[in-house]
Amino acid sequence: MHPSRSFEPKNGFVKWFDQQLPILTVLHGALVAYPTPKNLNYWWSFGSLAGFMLAVQIVTGIILAMHYTPHVDYAFNSVEHIMRNVNYGWLIRYVHQNGASFFFIVVYIHIFRGLYYGSYKAPRELLWMLGLVIYLLMMATAFMGYVLPWGQMSFWAATVITNLFSAVPLVGDAIVTFLWGGFSVDNPTLNRFFSLHYVLPFVIAAVAILHIWALHIPGSNNPLGIEVKGPQDQIDFHPYHTAKDLFMLSVLLIVFMGVVFYAPNYLSHADNYIPADPLVTPAHITPDWYFLPFYAILRAVPDILFIEAKLAGVIAMFAAILLLFALPWLDKSPVRSGTFRPLFKQFYWLLVIDVIVLGFAGARPAEGAWLIAGQVGTVYYFVHFLVILPLLSRIEKTRPLPESISQSVLSKQASA
Amino acid sequence: MSTSESSSEDHGGEVKRRDFLYIAAGGFGALTAGSMVWPLIDNLNPAANVLALASVEVDLSKIEVGQSILAKWRGKPVFIRRRTAEEIEQAQAVPLDDLKDPQTDEERTEEGHEEWLVMVGICTHLGCVPQGTKVGENRGDYGGWFCPCHGSHYDTSGRIRKGPAPRNLEIPAYAFLDDTTIRIG
Amino acid sequence: MKKTATILASLVIATGLAAPALAASDKADPISPPGGWSFQGILGAHYDREAAQRGFQVYKEVCASCHGLNQVAFRTLEDIGFTEEEVKAIAADYFVPGDPDEFGDPTERPAIPADIKPDPYPNEEAAAFANNGAIPPDLSLIVKARAGGADYLYSLLTGYRDPTEEELAHMAEQGLAMPDTAYFNPYKAGQVIAMAPPLMEGIVEYAEGQPEATVEQMAYDVTTFLAWTAEPKLEERKEIGFRFMVLLFILCGLLFFSYRRVAKRVMDH
Repeated sequence: MHPSRSFEPKNGFVKWFDQQLPILTVLHGALVAYPTPKNLNYWWSFGSLAGFMLAVQIVTGIILAMHYTPHVDYAFNSVEHIMRNVNYGWLIRYVHQNGASFFFIVVYIHIFRGLYYGSYKAPRELLWMLGLVIYLLMMATAFMGYVLPWGQMSFWAATVITNLFSAVPLVGDAIVTFLWGGFSVDNPTLNRFFSLHYVLPFVIAAVAILHIWALHIPGSNNPLGIEVKGPQDQIDFHPYHTAKDLFMLSVLLIVFMGVVFYAPNYLSHADNYIPADPLVTPAHITPDWYFLPFYAILRAVPDILFIEAKLAGVIAMFAAILLLFALPWLDKSPVRSGTFRPLFKQFYWLLVIDVIVLGFAGARPAEGAWLIAGQVGTVYYFVHFLVILPLLSRIEKTRPLPESISQSVLSKQASA
Repeated sequence: MSTSESSSEDHGGEVKRRDFLYIAAGGFGALTAGSMVWPLIDNLNPAANVLALASVEVDLSKIEVGQSILAKWRGKPVFIRRRTAEEIEQAQAVPLDDLKDPQTDEERTEEGHEEWLVMVGICTHLGCVPQGTKVGENRGDYGGWFCPCHGSHYDTSGRIRKGPAPRNLEIPAYAFLDDTTIRIG
Repeated sequence: MKKTATILASLVIATGLAAPALAASDKADPISPPGGWSFQGILGAHYDREAAQRGFQVYKEVCASCHGLNQVAFRTLEDIGFTEEEVKAIAADYFVPGDPDEFGDPTERPAIPADIKPDPYPNEEAAAFANNGAIPPDLSLIVKARAGGADYLYSLLTGYRDPTEEELAHMAEQGLAMPDTAYFNPYKAGQVIAMAPPLMEGIVEYAEGQPEATVEQMAYDVTTFLAWTAEPKLEERKEIGFRFMVLLFILCGLLFFSYRRVAKRVMDH
């Protein structure tokens, strides 16, 4: 009943094919016989779900590109053409538009799962960093995709975000002119954004393959964070995880398609249904929700010594993301899973709350209480990673770890 | 592992219930996946704005006898010629045996409107637009149209008479809304 | 991770409590018409055809002189119940650019159903000049392009009134005065709007058998029409969506039990 460890085709043609090009052996190793710890919980399904969302975005994106025109005079109308004239165009466009949000939801859960269970620790540092590369590429792709409908939010998001680079001393303005291909966000900008928005997802797919490759060398981490001791701790990916991930996929689809069919514009901004107008800025401009915490950090920083606020904000925002690359070396606690780290656990939830508060602060005008909330949140974010985690790994008294995964599973069943 | 596995297999009812569950899940899964695929295919069919122009109305009142116009229908040229009595006579007189693609002139025109010849202006050989509609263009050896690409000659009824084209120029579906207006498509 | 639920729940409550404090308060919250909208909800959501057709009449006779509708082809009016002949007649009332004539001069021809209604002004400058500098927005997407959607538009159209002393004082506090060329409307951001009250009793005469053309009725009708122009595929979306969601819920249940069955088979020994 159990799939064999190695791929042994019975069909002659398959055998012949696989001898010369062992794609099926590789797929079998990755999707069927891949040994996983027995105790993975539902949070571990979000890696597969992220892969699914990437596929959804690529497929719907390719189709939208067949009907879309990347030109300032036609872009807005061509999106409306998709919404009104193209067969099922409204559906494909709403799936793609909300698919970006759901891709981020899935990936954020995936990242926070890794943060809680210490999945970034040795021997998985490179796996973690490849994941961050994917995340950065996703941000770039999502931002450029948001510009394509050429509505008011598209235009002003492009203007504001590209203007971040003007904070760079000396060459800032030259960089911005270079990014725009002109002296303002205009047709050359739209054209290059379209080109890059089309190609980056394929780069993401390539890095995702590396990410999975790097996963399969040490194997998956698990909720206990302890090493797999032998086959008694493990289970093959198929059929257990295929069944589990398919179930989780259907749950994701219910939420995702529920939004697509019944609240397709809930996650976006009404102003983006107004065609771009370079002479009028909307009253409130906010980025899409998945950028809000970083947007709050950007605006939270005041003048620091000789660095003016604009540059300091940009530095802080990029630092907040790049910091995560150093995480495996900031948190040196030998215990991976937050389950056995009573202090870490509390600070972890504080971080979750902090990021959500930053998100709310990012959505509000930077003034009054929300500006202060954003500043406190920014300080905590950096303190958490730069001070608390290194400190905890020295002083924290961790709870005893179980002997092995299989033992823990057995004792759980006994108590249940 | 495998011993208890095989012992649970022995319960026939268990196996059947499980199979049913898996088949049902697989069936619904296929149905869901299938319904997601269809929009991805159907969007490539002509969109509503394209279909809206699938038929056009053409005003014929300004065309003099002996003159032709070029109309555009579904992105293709349509030849409309108001033929002279001579041309009609010539077209009707041709014996079917002389034709590569035998069709009478009556079959190619509307009864009561024999004066009007309406054809898709695309050579049936390889898709060029034959000459003979505009004043001064080469009308070929038979006074109709001449395709410059590979030398196909069409007569005053748009039938292929000489050259590589296999069939007569195509007659689109059209109808006279009144004496001077036709709807093509 | 059991704490997750508790913590998330407390977060939701916390943000809920914080929300009223966040609301920007330089405009009134939009109201819904009595009875709500026919296109709300999940099951049976549709555009009330008669209201949408009356709404088109209001648009054509009141709004169209200043506001374009540049995403809407005449042919799509069949979707709200106009017949093919009616659509042809509606289109033929407008003139659109035709092919150049034999001298190469531009021509005009009557519009056909495949055409889009020509804009009321040839360019933005003309629009601004004719309206004291305020450019009347195109209405095709107006319901989706304003926070509050249909409710906002309905409130705006029915919400014109004179400001109270308090409101005037509040505006003065902020250094604002009522300009002579603008009007007070509590639902508009900033509470000042350049558009004169467009709807008044008797400005449109509905056909016999239709409700009386009160301001509220006209606002309801024209908003229904403009909700349709903004989201013409809403009925299709909600109907297909319902069927697909039913399919997904069944699939989800089946997959859950399949997973449990598989887990039992491969784990329990």
